[in-house]
Amino acid sequence: MHMADALLSPTVGAAMWAVSAGGVAVGSARLCRERDDRLAPLMGVLGGFLFAAQMINFSIPGTGSSGHLTGGLLLAILLGPSAAFLTVASVLMIQAFFFADGGLLALGCNIFNLGMIPALLVYPLCYRRLIGSAPGRRREVAVTMFSALLAMQLGALCVVLETAASGISALPLDKFLLLMQPIHLAIGLVEGAVTLAVVSFLRKARPELLTRGNTPGGVSGRVVLVSLLACALLVAGGLSRFASVKPDGLEWSVAKVAGATALSEHRTGLGAFMANLQHTTARYPDYQVAPAAVPPQAPAAAPAAAQANPAGKGSALPGIVGTVVTIMLVSGAALLLRRSNRGAVVPEA
Amino acid sequence: MASVNGALLDLKRLDQLAGEDTFVHRLDPRAKVLATLVFIVCVVSFGRYQVSALIPFFIFPVCLIAAGRLPAGYLAAKVALVAPFAIAVGICNPFFDRTVLAHLGPLEITGGWLSFASIVVRTALTVTAALTLTAVTGFASICRALVRLGMPKTFAMQLLFLYRYLFVLAEEGGRASRARELRSFGRKGRGMASYASLLGHLLLRTWQRAERMHMAMLARGYTGTFPAAQGGRFGAREILFVLFWSTLCITMRLYNGAELLGTLVTGYLP
Repeated sequence: MHMADALLSPTVGAAMWAVSAGGVAVGSARLCRERDDRLAPLMGVLGGFLFAAQMINFSIPGTGSSGHLTGGLLLAILLGPSAAFLTVASVLMIQAFFFADGGLLALGCNIFNLGMIPALLVYPLCYRRLIGSAPGRRREVAVTMFSALLAMQLGALCVVLETAASGISALPLDKFLLLMQPIHLAIGLVEGAVTLAVVSFLRKARPELLTRGNTPGGVSGRVVLVSLLACALLVAGGLSRFASVKPDGLEWSVAKVAGATALSEHRTGLGAFMANLQHTTARYPDYQVAPAAVPPQAPAAAPAAAQANPAGKGSALPGIVGTVVTIMLVSGAALLLRRSNRGAVVPEA
Repeated sequence: MASVNGALLDLKRLDQLAGEDTFVHRLDPRAKVLATLVFIVCVVSFGRYQVSALIPFFIFPVCLIAAGRLPAGYLAAKVALVAPFAIAVGICNPFFDRTVLAHLGPLEITGGWLSFASIVVRTALTVTAALTLTAVTGFASICRALVRLGMPKTFAMQLLFLYRYLFVLAEEGGRASRARELRSFGRKGRGMASYASLLGHLLLRTWQRAERMHMAMLARGYTGTFPAAQGGRFGAREILFVLFWSTLCITMRLYNGAELLGTLVTGYLP
């Protein structure tokens, strides 16, 4: 479920960064106020535990595939919401830096999808409400499974929304939803079962460990959570106008106002000079894509292409030749740098 | 991530690279973090059909890798590990988006293939940049840089604790996982029940270990914060570094360098 940078637009990435950074700030402030000295190393080792647990795969019965734990809900049960959120966020950060498992810009999205949803939304608003003070076995099973499923489904839904809002992948929203939700239904079932099993194991082995997360959060926590939820909804709602295969507001309005072809004339300085140069030297000036030739199922294509590719709409040839030349230049620079570096360093004995 | 031990070895190797001593390594971590962020934002802000304009951006990671004397093959292998994800998401584009956007002689290039190529190139760029940043900076320095850029101290503490315990716990997890594999023949014994109790025991051991560690730290005078390391200076070099790369990235964002070059070359061809 880790998202990659390549699927995100800067708008969505930055918005989710802001939401997650807010979550981290609020969580840190709350932990600071609690001042439980033993919590810090405990969070550290539990993060390590989560990291190790994610690397051990289990087989999903019947399917022949395997999965691994995401652990947000489990940590929230053990540590309480804000500590769990910070722990998951730190694990995600290390994964981003060392394994590129989710990119740096996508870190905000991943922290939201995998950390904030289970630890700060599902756990306090659903799990803790439903589980009560002294749950029976049946109730515990039901509530844990439901919470894990809910967290997984919400996370998957957010992945879809964030991808759609970015508009990089051409996958239609409905098809993507149909792909993501059922798969994460299965993963959520396993996640719930594992969470349940580990919690019951701990209840048998060391019941005193489970008391920490059940301390009440206080009124201020609830206000913070509700405002976070509102913030998330605002982001989702504000960006949902992108969530279609139609061109986004900017491209759409530009195309309406100026017409698809007018956009390529807006260049000055070097760009204009080069455009003139290209105009006089272009080999294939007739390969313009007329807006009428665009098939109806892809209305985004014409304006987006006009905006994205103003200079080389005719032929791909200059682009490809330029690409090859650029690659040669870049590797030449690398060779030069490396050689000068080698010369500067005294060889080791 | 096939095996726990393999992944752990990987983690150590990437961080060991940060111990080198080159011009790039000596720069203040904040400068490198900022430059990488500008780079990533520039790369992902392109329209979805852009491919050629992305290619000049390789200059940033390539220069860092070369100047930082990082093993390029090793980094490329790590990037290739992440590639299948991007390919899996992007491979649907050619089927959904069949608009012909360009011609190469008789060959028609559809928008779907263009956007697919764009996704793959972007993945390569951003992943390489992230890994390069880690390899020339080191994780502890990145954390320190982020704190000085405004990240809460509590979160930084959590990151440093996690990073310290990671190796200990991953070894523990690796041992447990290997033991389970040795005890299970074929698929027997790898089901949910054994997995859950494996995780539970790992958790218990982890917990006990944390308590021991904490007591040991208290005994050595731990007061709730790690002692601050020597504060780096954001000097002229750093300013120059950030300015140079930001200007270059923004220029490459505004002008399609590859296409300008290509036009020049094809313009002179007969």
